[in-house]
Amino acid sequence: MSALTASPPPARRRRRLHIALLLAPFYLLFAVAFVAPLGYGLVLSLFRERFTGLGWNGSHLVFAGFHDYARALQDSRFLDGLGRVLLYAVVDVPLMLAIALVLALLLDSALTTARRFFQALLLLPHFVPGLIAALIWVYLYTPGLSPLTSWLNDIGLHIDFFSSGSVLGSIINISLWQWIGYNSVLLYVALQSVSPSVLEAARLDGAGEIRTALSIKVPHIRPALVVSGLFTVIGSLQLFTEPKILQGSAGSTVTASWTPNLLAFSEAFNSNDYSYAAAISLLLAAVAGVLSLLAMKLVGRVDRSSQEADS
Amino acid sequence: MTTLNPPARPPAPSARATPPAPGRLRPVRHRSVGRGVNLGLCAVAGLYTLLPLVWLLFAITKTLPDLYGSNGFAPSGFHLWANLRDLFKQDGGAYPRWLLNSVLYAGAGAGLGTLASVMAGYTFAKYSFPGREKLYGLVVAGVLVPGTALAVPLYLLFSGVHLTNTVWSVIVPVAANPFGVYLARVYAAGSIPDELLEAARMDGAGELRTFFTVGLRLMGPGALTIFLMQFVSIWNNFFLPLVMLTDSRLFTTSLGLFTWNSSTSQNPDYLRMVVVGSAVSVVPLLILFLTLQRWWRRGLAEGGLR
Repeated sequence: MSALTASPPPARRRRRLHIALLLAPFYLLFAVAFVAPLGYGLVLSLFRERFTGLGWNGSHLVFAGFHDYARALQDSRFLDGLGRVLLYAVVDVPLMLAIALVLALLLDSALTTARRFFQALLLLPHFVPGLIAALIWVYLYTPGLSPLTSWLNDIGLHIDFFSSGSVLGSIINISLWQWIGYNSVLLYVALQSVSPSVLEAARLDGAGEIRTALSIKVPHIRPALVVSGLFTVIGSLQLFTEPKILQGSAGSTVTASWTPNLLAFSEAFNSNDYSYAAAISLLLAAVAGVLSLLAMKLVGRVDRSSQEADS
Repeated sequence: MTTLNPPARPPAPSARATPPAPGRLRPVRHRSVGRGVNLGLCAVAGLYTLLPLVWLLFAITKTLPDLYGSNGFAPSGFHLWANLRDLFKQDGGAYPRWLLNSVLYAGAGAGLGTLASVMAGYTFAKYSFPGREKLYGLVVAGVLVPGTALAVPLYLLFSGVHLTNTVWSVIVPVAANPFGVYLARVYAAGSIPDELLEAARMDGAGELRTFFTVGLRLMGPGALTIFLMQFVSIWNNFFLPLVMLTDSRLFTTSLGLFTWNSSTSQNPDYLRMVVVGSAVSVVPLLILFLTLQRWWRRGLAEGGLR
C-alpha cells in the first residue's frame, strides 16, 4: 500500500474514482433494498393522509408523529403476535441448537462412519423452499392424506396438528426439519478447526469421547453456536410462510394477525393501512436488529475471552 | 460488531482437511458399541429428514383419489408420467413458466448480486481509503436487518414509483447481498497476493482492469460459493414475490403453488398439481447441490467463521 502515498495526484484521483466505481454497484443495490424502504417506511409511518374539506380537493400528508408506533404498542393483535413468535423462539432455538449440536458431535466423532453421506442427507431440507416444506408437512399432518396421525394414534398419541394447542408445535417441527441439518453441518464445520494436538493431549490424559466433547469441543465452537442461535432467533421473529400455509387447514386458530409479519401483511393488503403496516414492519426490524446486535456483542466477548485463554 | 470483521487469524484450513487422526479412536472394545450408538442416532435423524420426502416420492405417482385413499408410504398404481403431463399443461402451461421465472429471478439476482458483492469485498480487502470502515459498517448493519421485515416497506416503495408487478421488483431488492460482501472480503484477503496486483499496476493496468483480470479470476471459487448461497436464498424466497406480484405470468414456482393450494376448495385436483409441482420445484436445487457439493461445504465453512 506504500505505492498509494507515493503516487502523483492525477493518478491518485483516478485511483479514487476507480475505488468508487468498484463500490458503486453494491451500494446502489443496497440503497434500493435497504436504505430507501427503511426511509420511505419511516416517512409513511410518521405521516397520515388527510382529506381536506369533503375530500373533493384530494388528500395531503400531515405529520402524525409516532401515532402509529404508539398504536402498535397498544394493539393486542401486535403484542399477542410478538408474544407468540417470542414463545416460538424460546422453544425452537434451544431445541434446534441442542439437536444440531448433538448431531454435529456425532458426525465429528471418530466413531461415526459415512459422515459425508449423513451430511449430504441432513442438508437436503435446506434445498427445499420453505413454502414447499410447509405444504408437505401440512399434508403429512392431514389425517386422510398421510398415515402419520393414525400411526401416532396406534402408539397412544392422539394429536390434532391443527388444534389451537398444537399449531405452534406443528410449526416448530417444520422449522426444525428445515434447519437442523443446516445448523448441524455448520457446527460440524466449526468443529473441524479444533486442533488435533489438543484432542490428542486430552486422549492421553484419559478423557473419553463424551468428556472431550463437553470440555474441549463445545467451548471451542461457542461462537458458531451463538451465530446459529442468532439467525434462528431472527428467523423466528419473521415467522410468516408456515403459518400462512397452516391458515388453510387451521384457519380458526391461525388468524390473520397470528404473527407480526402476518399482521403487517394484512394491514397493508386487506386494510390498506399502509402507514400502520410500515410502522409494524419497522418495529419488528428494530426488535430483530437490537437482538442481533446484543448477540454479536456477546460473541465478540466470547471470542475475545477465548483468545485470551489461548494466549 | 467485531465479529463481522474479517478474522485476524487465518481459518486454519489445514485442520479441516486433515482426516481424523487414528489416535482419536477409543480402545477397541468400546469402539463397536459406540459406533453402533452413533450410527443409530444418525440414522434416526436421517429417517426424520427423509420421512416427508419419501411421502412426496410416493405421492407424485398417485391419482387424486389414491392420494386420500391409499397408504401414504406405499405405492398405489404408477401415474407419475400422467401427473407430470397434467402439471405442465394445467392452466395453459403456467407451471413451466413459473419454473423459468424462478430460474430467471434467482439467476439474475444472484449473478448481479455476486458481482457487486465481489467487487465491493475486493475493494474493502485491497485498498485503504478514507471512510472505509464507516462504509463497511453499513454492510454489517445490512447483515443484521432481516430481509423479511423489509418486504412490506419495499412493496410500499415500489408501488410509490409504480414498479410493483414487474420483474425488477423481485430481482433488484434481493440482489443486494451484504453477507456476500463480507465473504468476498474474507476471500479476497486470503486469496489475492498484493504482489500480483502490484505487478499488474507496473504493467500499466488501471485499478478496474486489475480487478477484472487478476482479482476476479483469483476469487472465482469464492464467487461461486457466494452465487450458490444467494441463488438458493432467492429461490426459496416467498414473501417478496407474494407482496410484489399480482400477474400470474410473472409468478415464481412457490407463489404459483401457493395460489393453486389456496384454490383446492374450488378444484380439488389442484391438490395433485401442488403435490407434483412441489416435487418438481425441488429438483433443480437438488441437482445444483449434488453436483457442486464441495462449494456448499466451503460456503458453510466460511459462514461458520462469523
